[in-house]
Amino acid sequence: MKTLYDCEKNCKVKVIKLNASTELKQRFISFGIMKGSEIEILQHTAAKSTVEIKVAKMRIALRDTEAKLIEVQKI
Amino acid sequence: MSNEKIKSCPLTANHIKIALVGQPNVGKSMLINSISNANLHVGNFSGVTVDKTEVLFDYKNYHFTVVDLPGTYAFTDYTIEERVTHNYLCAESYDLIINVVDSTNLEKNLQLTSELMSMSKNIIIALNMSDEAKKEAIEIDSEYMTQLLGVPCLKVSAQTKEGINELIEAAVIQYEEKSQKSKLIFSEPVEEEIAQIVWYLEKYKFSDDDSYRHIAINLLKNDQKTYEKIHDNPIWIELQPILVEALKHIELHHDSDDIKEAFAQEYASFNRGIIAEVVNLKNQVEKKTLTEKIDSVLIHPFLGIPIFLFFMWGLFQLTFEIGAIPMEYIDAFFGWFGDTIGATIPNDDVRSLVVDGIIAGVGAVVLFVPNIIILFIGIALLESTGYMSRVAFLLDGFFHKFGLHGQSFIPLVTGFGCSIPAYMSARILKNDRDRLLTLFIIGFMSCGARLPVYVLFAGAFFSAQMAGNVLFAIYIGGAMLGLIAAKILKLTAFKGADEPFVMEMPKYRLPTVKLIWHTVLTKTMMYIKKAGTYIAAASMLIWFLSNYPHNLELTQSYESKIEIAVDEKEKTNLLNQLAVEHLEQSYLGSIGKFTEPIFAPLGFDWKMSVALQTGLAAKEVVVSTLGVLYALGGEVDEENSSLIDAISKNISFASAISFIVVIMIYLPCLAASVVFTREAGGIKYFFYLLIFTSITAYFLAYIAYNIALLF
Ligand SMILES: Nc1nc2c(ncn2[C@@H]2O[C@H](COP(=O)(O)OP(=O)(O)O)[C@@H](O)[C@H]2O)c(=O)[nH]1
Repeated sequence: MKTLYDCEKNCKVKVIKLNASTELKQRFISFGIMKGSEIEILQHTAAKSTVEIKVAKMRIALRDTEAKLIEVQKI
Repeated sequence: MSNEKIKSCPLTANHIKIALVGQPNVGKSMLINSISNANLHVGNFSGVTVDKTEVLFDYKNYHFTVVDLPGTYAFTDYTIEERVTHNYLCAESYDLIINVVDSTNLEKNLQLTSELMSMSKNIIIALNMSDEAKKEAIEIDSEYMTQLLGVPCLKVSAQTKEGINELIEAAVIQYEEKSQKSKLIFSEPVEEEIAQIVWYLEKYKFSDDDSYRHIAINLLKNDQKTYEKIHDNPIWIELQPILVEALKHIELHHDSDDIKEAFAQEYASFNRGIIAEVVNLKNQVEKKTLTEKIDSVLIHPFLGIPIFLFFMWGLFQLTFEIGAIPMEYIDAFFGWFGDTIGATIPNDDVRSLVVDGIIAGVGAVVLFVPNIIILFIGIALLESTGYMSRVAFLLDGFFHKFGLHGQSFIPLVTGFGCSIPAYMSARILKNDRDRLLTLFIIGFMSCGARLPVYVLFAGAFFSAQMAGNVLFAIYIGGAMLGLIAAKILKLTAFKGADEPFVMEMPKYRLPTVKLIWHTVLTKTMMYIKKAGTYIAAASMLIWFLSNYPHNLELTQSYESKIEIAVDEKEKTNLLNQLAVEHLEQSYLGSIGKFTEPIFAPLGFDWKMSVALQTGLAAKEVVVSTLGVLYALGGEVDEENSSLIDAISKNISFASAISFIVVIMIYLPCLAASVVFTREAGGIKYFFYLLIFTSITAYFLAYIAYNIALLF
């Protein structure tokens, strides 16, 4: 199982599943992160504690713990 | 709109109430500004508008009320903003929704739009930032979009004011025509289920203000409130099994066990369809946008943090270096002003009140206006360029180690300006524990009002070249202490799970001069107003307390001594002694003397103790109190007329260090404490804060004093 956390910079992926609690899932969805959406990884901080992604032209910052909840597939 | 149109009679005119809704950062505040010439605070980080704001204006025969609702990504009730907006839209009465969207990012924005459209209310869509879209070669066919959605879509630009008049016209037309049917359609399976539920509702003539279609959609979306409404109705018995089947059907269709996710996908695919039809991405090539290019430097894994620290350091240097230039003139002005006014007042007591009390007190505060303006400009730049969110991104990993949230950075850095907006902006933290923790440590970020105290002491004890660095060290030191305090609190009082970190990084924007000017002006005016009212009153009180009761015996005994004194030097000495003794037996002296034993271990004399206590009213008063206390004591001496000299002569280095430590940590001013109590949600938190800050301040000042004594 590959998650967003495992992805390298500049990689493009597609979301397969959100393994988050209902509340957090809602949060993801309201930012456009849902099954089928395409994500580009833009940047990591040095310790990989935060990741910047791009979904539908919007740039979003996520913490590592959240990134690990998003199951993805390379496209 | 414009001023000459405010003629219509408020009683006979038609009232149009508009709810302004949009995702964060789409330019809602700016749009409302250009519609009504109101002056709201416009910022470029998610969530500037926390409270809903109402703006009134007239246009032709209509009386408009525009309610600016907090920015919200979706109706998820996740954050306070979302809850405020959702509740308002569902429960309050209004005539029209204007949904503001960012033309350069329709895909993301239409997600909220489709949720609004499923409410079956009267809507207009304002395609804002059309100027920017044009630059990015994004072409939107707004007429076709209007046709497809069944909702008027208008291109506007809050910045260039293009299309603003048309938007208001459209609002009037939409208001007159009443509801228009939105053409939001779902996939076939969902539409089937909606139709079936609507059919049931019609059959039983279920009575409600809401449209049947909206009720049906809400039931399918598992909306709590709609369920509560229908639950007690007899039709529930028949409706429930149908709903269960319907949900199964939809979930199966979407291969998901979450109905909300299924609906989000429904909206997303509808929106993709619309965008494919109306947006022409003419010459769009896949290349890095400007924002991405800037980001690759500013949030670079290794360069990001040094760059940020450099910006901060630069800001503090500027505050001190450039801020010092006009200070001399201001000082000279108040000196001259005091003398001029003083010359016109014959009565000794009144003259002393006006010149030494009010003018000196207010002057001491106004002296720091240049520093404060520079600091405010810096913070306004951080906010309006979008850099603030980048810093949150960079620092989350670090903050998280201390139990804080990356977004805590925003209230914390605002705290460097003033604690009051900082306490208010802590609302962006959704989790109560995270918010409380942040509230508790905002005070460690030294606010602008404490700057004068630091500038005064840094100037008195360090060379001009060093003072900027000392100032920087004080601010950073305070922030570090705050982080340590956060960690301790997180491990003890605020144990529990962390709030997730999911945050939008807005596009970089060049701030407009007008915007910066406006924010800085309002904040500075607030400061000056405080100087003119609150601080003038406090100065008068302190003057009174330090001049009364008059001890005639004391004066007479000295006067006789002065008369028999032979040389000038002795006379001056005696006059000095008189002033000091007079002060000591005054009311203020008594208070200081009474509390002196408490502060003695920290190396404070009674004057410093008094200054700390008056500082509880407002931190600026610390300086004016010291001004009154020391200027009176040394007034007769020509050589140490300025406060900085008086301080460096009367206070030891160790005492000064411990005084600065207390100022850094102890209770925020009265106004800030009131806001803190409101935001934290109860008076008990105020007492926690009082105990927490007092103990920490005392303990650390005691340590600092004893260390400084070693040098
Ligand atoms: N180019 C351009 N910028 C805009 C426009 N409207 C707003 N902005 C900018 O967008 C940013 C966010 O605006 P703001 O009103 O705070 O958004 P809100 O969060 O929706 O209230 C500010 O920096 C504005 O200067 C517009 O029509 N064109």
